[in-house]
Amino acid sequence: MSSPAILAAPEERRRLAVAPVLVLIVVAGAVAWLWSSGMAGGVPPYSGDLPHLARPHPELVAPARGPATPAAGPRGPRPSPPAPPSVSEMVMQVFNIGSTVPTLAILALSMTVLGIGTVPAVFGLWAATLLPIVRNTYAGLRAVPPHLVEAATGMGMTPRQVLWRVELPNALFVIFGGIRTALAICVGSAPLVFLIGAGGLGELIFTGIALDELPMMMAGAIPTALIAVLVDFVFGQIQYHLVPRGINPLR
Amino acid sequence: MIRLENLTKHFGPPHNPFVAVDNVSLDLPTGEICVLLGPSGCGKTTTMKMINRLIQPTSGKVFIDGRDTGAVDPIELRRSIGYVIQQIGLFPNKTVEENICVVPDLLGWDRRKSRTRAKELLELVGLQPDLFLRRYPKELSGGQQQRVGVLRALAADPPVMLMDEPFGAIDPINREVIQEEFLKMQKTIRKTIIFVSHDLDEAVKMADKIAIFRGGKLEQYAAPDDLLARPANGFIEDFLGSDRALKRLRLISVRDAMETDFITVRSSDPVASALERMRSSRSAAAFVLDADGAPQSLLSAQAADARSGAVGDHAEPVKGAVPTTGDLRHAVSLMFAHDMPLLPCVDEGGKMAGVMSYRSIVHNLGHGGTV
Repeated sequence: MSSPAILAAPEERRRLAVAPVLVLIVVAGAVAWLWSSGMAGGVPPYSGDLPHLARPHPELVAPARGPATPAAGPRGPRPSPPAPPSVSEMVMQVFNIGSTVPTLAILALSMTVLGIGTVPAVFGLWAATLLPIVRNTYAGLRAVPPHLVEAATGMGMTPRQVLWRVELPNALFVIFGGIRTALAICVGSAPLVFLIGAGGLGELIFTGIALDELPMMMAGAIPTALIAVLVDFVFGQIQYHLVPRGINPLR
Repeated sequence: MIRLENLTKHFGPPHNPFVAVDNVSLDLPTGEICVLLGPSGCGKTTTMKMINRLIQPTSGKVFIDGRDTGAVDPIELRRSIGYVIQQIGLFPNKTVEENICVVPDLLGWDRRKSRTRAKELLELVGLQPDLFLRRYPKELSGGQQQRVGVLRALAADPPVMLMDEPFGAIDPINREVIQEEFLKMQKTIRKTIIFVSHDLDEAVKMADKIAIFRGGKLEQYAAPDDLLARPANGFIEDFLGSDRALKRLRLISVRDAMETDFITVRSSDPVASALERMRSSRSAAAFVLDADGAPQSLLSAQAADARSGAVGDHAEPVKGAVPTTGDLRHAVSLMFAHDMPLLPCVDEGGKMAGVMSYRSIVHNLGHGGTV
């Protein structure tokens, strides 16, 4: 259960270097192809729409991720004595099953409950990206060597101090991995919220598909990809500088 | 001082408990090291952890300086006891400085005071503060980590320390060095220490008192020399091994065992007169010293039998000498290595201070040593 996330550390390192480059290559390729096929002229008319269509993205992602991060943290069940492993495993299974529900279905469900607009969109994205954070927090905490907890307790830390000063800091790198995964999912799923009336770049993408108008679709898709790369890059930098050197395999 | 009173720990169901520690009582005077020794699963670690209440005793009491630890808040109790574990347990997310300052910070010390303390402690074990304060544990060698682990336990200057196989994870060469270093430090800091070990040699070296455990019971509690000279039963005899007399060699210092009346001669003296003096004082050899008083050569009784010529013609050069600060193990080793049945002992200045013979060693072991 915890193995995938423990393995995530070296994987993470590779992703940091490779993923943005890959996406940029694909984006550049798409632009080049548009250009050479003479369709590039079709894109600029939409450039006026981009700012106000792209604006909802950070506005959607920020509140969706903002609450998810602290909300998921405590939900990563404590591995030390208070929570017996069987209980925490069970909770994790519920989260795992929850992750099999497609994002689109989650958005549809949240629309049926909360109506259309920004609120169900934010809630849907929040629910869809809770899992990677919970799972990595759980795995990160479990991977903290028990002797660190013993040393901390033996020196007179209260259970709360052990959690905040020893367990969470030492799980931080893996937790950050989960947050970055969640962000990538979140930015990637954001165009879907157009379908429940929250606007965004999805407007260009889905309208472009419906009208079979490639330049319009590209005008939505390329900024979406760029936002994803940018967000991941920024968060990668935060991770690099915020996680102390002693437990940061990147430094 | 630490006193354990009928300390008992049961694990498992009350009707059919596993008795991990069975009615253990012992007294450890202030400033001494008590090594809890025994095979794994004998209850020594459980006993230690009941002192800082990482494990709650089923019954019995622990007193530290006369205070019943059962009546103290466990968090506060643990902050007043230094704790070192085998895996060292330095926090990888904290620098060396932050690691050392963990307990002072918990106690709410002034920041400047605790950081100064960290600096002083590093200097104490010969780690340069400028170089090491800002490092993370993964940037230290195993031996350095171990030293920092001990410093962390000492940071708030607790009167009592618990050490759970603290040197177990280090290679044998470094372990010797760190043990020596720690004993030297202990001479000035005089902590009362409970030390868990499964290594008899380590116990003999470190301990003022050794407590041998088997199956949760305290089998014998005695000073190392006492224990080696007079094991209480067959189990302890087996545990100490057939070479236990040799282990005692380390416990007796050269200064205590050497004979201080020895004969010195000049190399120009006639052999006949030297032999005369050796016979009258029943010595097996006479020593020729150089101008500084250091042993230079040695005239044995057999060589002197020639009775002719000067001492210088018959004396053999001295191939080794043991410092008076050393122990008998060192002396015996030199005697074997250089084939010298009579070994000169020298003080710090290199001056000859006495002589060591097989006879004096056997005599000392036979008498139960220096106790």
